[in-house]
Amino acid sequence: MNKVENNKAWFLVLPMLVLVAFSAIIPLMTVVNYSVQDILGRSAFFVGSEWFVQTLNDSRLQSALMRQFAFSFTILAIQVPLGIAIALLMPKKGWQASAVLILITLPLLVPWNVVGSMWQIFTRGDIGLMGYGIRQLGYPYNITRNATDAWVTIIIMDVWHWTPLIALLCYSGLRAIPEAYYQAARIDRASKWAVFRYIQLPKLTNVLVIGVLLRFMHSFMIYAEPFVLTGGGPGSSTTFLSQTLATMAIGQQDLGPSAAFSIIYFLIILAVSYVFYVTIMNMQKDKAENNAGGA
Amino acid sequence: MSLILENVSKSVDGQDWIRDIDLTLEPGSFNVLLGRTLAGKTTLMRLMAGLERPSSGRVIMNGVDVTGTPVRQRNLSMVYQQFINYPALTVYENIASPLRLAKLPRKVIDERVRETAAMLHIEHLLHRHPLELSGGQQQRTAMARALVKDADLILFDEPLVNLDYKLREEFREELRELFRTKNCIAVYATTEPNEALALGGHTAVLHEGRLLQYGRTPEVYHRPNDILTAEMFSEPPINVVPGLVTDTEVTFDETVHFKLNADLRSLEPGRYKFGVRASHIGLVPHADDDLELPVNVDLAEISGSETFLHVRNDHFQLVLHLSGVHEYSVDEEIKIYFPTHKIYAFDMAGSVVHVPSRLGGF
Repeated sequence: MNKVENNKAWFLVLPMLVLVAFSAIIPLMTVVNYSVQDILGRSAFFVGSEWFVQTLNDSRLQSALMRQFAFSFTILAIQVPLGIAIALLMPKKGWQASAVLILITLPLLVPWNVVGSMWQIFTRGDIGLMGYGIRQLGYPYNITRNATDAWVTIIIMDVWHWTPLIALLCYSGLRAIPEAYYQAARIDRASKWAVFRYIQLPKLTNVLVIGVLLRFMHSFMIYAEPFVLTGGGPGSSTTFLSQTLATMAIGQQDLGPSAAFSIIYFLIILAVSYVFYVTIMNMQKDKAENNAGGA
Repeated sequence: MSLILENVSKSVDGQDWIRDIDLTLEPGSFNVLLGRTLAGKTTLMRLMAGLERPSSGRVIMNGVDVTGTPVRQRNLSMVYQQFINYPALTVYENIASPLRLAKLPRKVIDERVRETAAMLHIEHLLHRHPLELSGGQQQRTAMARALVKDADLILFDEPLVNLDYKLREEFREELRELFRTKNCIAVYATTEPNEALALGGHTAVLHEGRLLQYGRTPEVYHRPNDILTAEMFSEPPINVVPGLVTDTEVTFDETVHFKLNADLRSLEPGRYKFGVRASHIGLVPHADDDLELPVNVDLAEISGSETFLHVRNDHFQLVLHLSGVHEYSVDEEIKIYFPTHKIYAFDMAGSVVHVPSRLGGF
């Protein structure tokens, strides 16, 4: 039988190509387009890397970037241990488990800008429960004047909003550990710490990697909540990257530099996530090899 | 080191999981808990271990009442169906973990770990992680962890279920060998009669939370106390046929008659349930007094190099256990030979009243 040349495969791949083009490549190309040209109405000039150089040297963006990193790392440092702790304390079965699960998950269901409004009212000194309460205790709490107050409040708000995600992931990870492991540990007379360190934590590694990645990417793009809560202030103390970018693109119509900065923004998230993932994976491999050498 | 269970019961939510079990396990004994799924094997082990408290009754270890003693204060180890090891630790550290928790000196630990690993043939895997190993190797690691700490009591909860059959045979032999010299009590739960026979030692037959019989394994096999034990302890289950004994004759379900032979002469006239092992019925006569019986084939079930032949006549069904692969077509008429001298007799309540005198051969 002769082999017939058949190009049908291309037709099968085509829908996927079109889909990817529309979802990723074409929108991104628009940004790329703007980032290397100066576009005014119908006229466009190729400017090369000018916008990139300008953006990277913009001190406003540099400080927003620093703020952004500080914010993301702070909330990760709080949310990951806290999420694990909550997951460990949650009831394992029965109606209590369902009840706690629902209560814990509620914050995740609140839309971002609603979270901002909620906390905006919550922290007001005159009518807000938290704001009023803290002032009654004698501390002149004010998020519109005091940068530290604003920062702490935003971090508490994010912790309230997103720790449940980590807790939920860890909870599902913990439930996947067969009861026999705990039994075996009891028979071995292992301590609670040993159970956590040698059974629970290793079994949680995978969900934690996902959790940290999600939370990092998510928090690095944070926009609506601080925008509603503090408007980026006082001054620019809580103006994070996405808000800076929005001001630049929509407020000032600096489309070229905004496009350049969008690309840099995107690359930073990509790079940090990638480095984190590769480092964790290498650490696991190294540990395996070190142990191999040690024994 | 002995373990005594005294009238131990366990009920959960009003259901009896374990009913009134009396059992004495001797030091250095290897004990098989045989029973189907949900017979209470695992619960009984958990009670022995102290992972659970009995609802009533006492557990006595080496003469000390340990009924209320939590598992952490006892000296035992357990191997599970699943391969339970610390995933983040190497095989070496896994085996060493019970010794480290016991705070033994480094040198002793190293010695014992290597010795135990060698016993279980995993000395070349000490630096690996459990999840990089095959199922059999993971279970060997778990067993090494159980054996390394010189426990008074070692519990095996169907440890070979998740392994393939070749590995199981290998393991069984090694296990018996390992325990020959040990002075601890080993308890091994299984659902398979053949596994119990292969392991030897003593066997306790469990059914619905009750202990049917306990004794030396061949003894329990050959001399079951009642029908239930006989059924539990053979694969395929023993054939049971109702019948009548008169002064001169035995009748099975009105169709099969044979003269009362020397073996059955002690039976009083009356109704009985007769038991014949599937492996004792043959396709050719083995003895002069074997009874020829025409039957029809229902099904020839081939398992490995053995055949379970299901046959029937108008009144009853029988299963034959034949070695070798035999092919039959459905409804085919064949002749089988019934060993009249290898018949168990049970009274109508199920208690054994006669055990064949010429035993031997499964």
